[in-house]
Amino acid sequence: MKIGLALLVAAVLVLHHDIWNWKDASLVFGFLPVGLAYHVGYSLLASGTMAILVKYAWPKNLDDDDEVAA
Amino acid sequence: MIPAIIVFAYLAVVLYIGIFAFRKGSTGSGSGEDFFVASRKLGPMVFLLSIFGTNMTAVAILGSSGFAYQRGIGVYALMASSSGIVIPLTLWLIGTRLWSLGKKHGHITQVQFLRDRWESGGIGTFIAIVTALMLVPYIIIGVMGGGSTLETISGGLVPYAVGGAIVAITVVAYVFFGGMRGTAWVNTFQTVLFLAFGVTAFTLIAKSVGGFPATMQAISEGPQSFLLTRERMPAEEFFSYMFIPLSAVMFPHIAIMCMTAEKVTHFKRTVVLYPICILLIWLPSVYLGVVASKVIPGLSPSEANDVIIRLLSQNTSPILAGVLGAGIMACVMASDSQILALSTVFTEDLFAYYGGRKKFGPKAEVWAGRTFIVLIGLVSYVIALALKEKANIFELAIRFAFSGFAALAPVMLAALFWKRSTKWGALAATLWVVGCVFANWHLTNISDAIAPKPPKRPAASAMRGGPAAGGGPAVQRGPQAVHQVRRTRNQAALRRLRAMAQRLLHLCWKPLRVVLQAAPQKECVLQVLVPAAPEVQVRVVLVDQAERRSHRHKCASSHSWVICSYADQST
Repeated sequence: MKIGLALLVAAVLVLHHDIWNWKDASLVFGFLPVGLAYHVGYSLLASGTMAILVKYAWPKNLDDDDEVAA
Repeated sequence: MIPAIIVFAYLAVVLYIGIFAFRKGSTGSGSGEDFFVASRKLGPMVFLLSIFGTNMTAVAILGSSGFAYQRGIGVYALMASSSGIVIPLTLWLIGTRLWSLGKKHGHITQVQFLRDRWESGGIGTFIAIVTALMLVPYIIIGVMGGGSTLETISGGLVPYAVGGAIVAITVVAYVFFGGMRGTAWVNTFQTVLFLAFGVTAFTLIAKSVGGFPATMQAISEGPQSFLLTRERMPAEEFFSYMFIPLSAVMFPHIAIMCMTAEKVTHFKRTVVLYPICILLIWLPSVYLGVVASKVIPGLSPSEANDVIIRLLSQNTSPILAGVLGAGIMACVMASDSQILALSTVFTEDLFAYYGGRKKFGPKAEVWAGRTFIVLIGLVSYVIALALKEKANIFELAIRFAFSGFAALAPVMLAALFWKRSTKWGALAATLWVVGCVFANWHLTNISDAIAPKPPKRPAASAMRGGPAAGGGPAVQRGPQAVHQVRRTRNQAALRRLRAMAQRLLHLCWKPLRVVLQAAPQKECVLQVLVPAAPEVQVRVVLVDQAERRSHRHKCASSHSWVICSYADQST
């Protein structure tokens, strides 16, 4: 599980470098440059990735500390 | 002036929130922990909005749009989408652990943790001083952004120096009274305001410029088409920016903010929603910066800082421009938590650590913090005045604050996850960062002098109205033009016209001289002589009270003489 999540994070970080869009000036929906549209999608992907990490890789020992402190 | 009045009303509201927090805080313990980390009692929504608001500064709206105006859409990927993944990752990995250790051992700053981790007071003091020095530029850009926003939004009636002072005094006042509780509440209010700003500005300007598809199509077919791609953005530079958001780990205001959460589970919602919040504020800012390159061409890098305000002033009514200006101001004023953080560093890491708390008691600790807040505000204001027109907000932040703090991130990672790390290793890493920041500053200074520049026009001859040396367009200038001015019958109208033109153009070009090229008809042309810069022509339209209402959607001012547009004639 840990390796899978680490690979997911690494893949998401690599996907940030969209070299294939570097010189592409075409417009998505007629108004959004493709390079910008890609990174809007990337932001949503980042949010999804964090949701997965929170669900499957949350540091549980900190939750215990939380309960002790409370 | 209406937009400026609305912004002043907004400033009064945030001041009230700060003082309200002071009243609530004064019923509490009145301890350092209460003042500096709100007794670690922030709820989930306030924690999310305040930690996000803390991280969104003048860079987020003014800096990003100004930088996108020059470099294009790549700015979003450069800073926003990279921050959208790296900052939540660091909050999840490091912020939660800092929170846990802080709660267990009573840490308020990250320096207290580093001191305990390596059992060395000296390394903590050194890192505290380095982080304090690197945070100052970040605070300065808040004052610069505030001064510039008020100056532009008031049409020059509130000069940069006065605007900067008003913003600095307001921020210092509510941080002084409200401490972390006041700052967090104000940040929450501000975050809601500037998130609403993005969506509203996007919609309104789209309508006003005749739709974004047409504007984007025009940009793609013109010489500015590179703005829609990253072809002028080196891949190495793009890659290096991926490390910039690591600065969030080491920014004292973010680390201190991490200590304020009531429960560690508050981080869950924060890390998931953080990328969406960044998207909501950066996408409109970057996009509108690119749109502005078509609508308001020819701005210099320092002028581009307030391109989004110019866009709003020209394309919305004064009331809406004021409301949206307040949204911009909300983002700019995130310097509050940095001022508080710097004061916390001075108070907790230096004053209290070296015996101040023992000697003078916990009440004196809070008052020392308040004194530092005033001093930091004053110093930042003085430096911001000196830097006007010398620095671009985005570059100032990147060059000194973001880069320096990002380079310090390995120190924090080693402290948390590397058992064999030592204080000497931490010292070596910090010294290396200091050396790099100085080298960066020195190299930038010397490269400014040797970089190729556009041909200059002799200032003296331009001011006297002599022949142009730079081979620019043939324009009537100097005594001849002034002679035309004297022949004009309506001298009072003429005076108003010239004063208005001076006021507006003062924002863009300085020094300058404005002479009238034609008599003040319904529509006339001003010729502006700018030493060492190309001529600028200003189209001036005379409108009366009734007409003003119908013109307001496209005019830059509510004065009798309204300047609708200007264009650099040399491009």
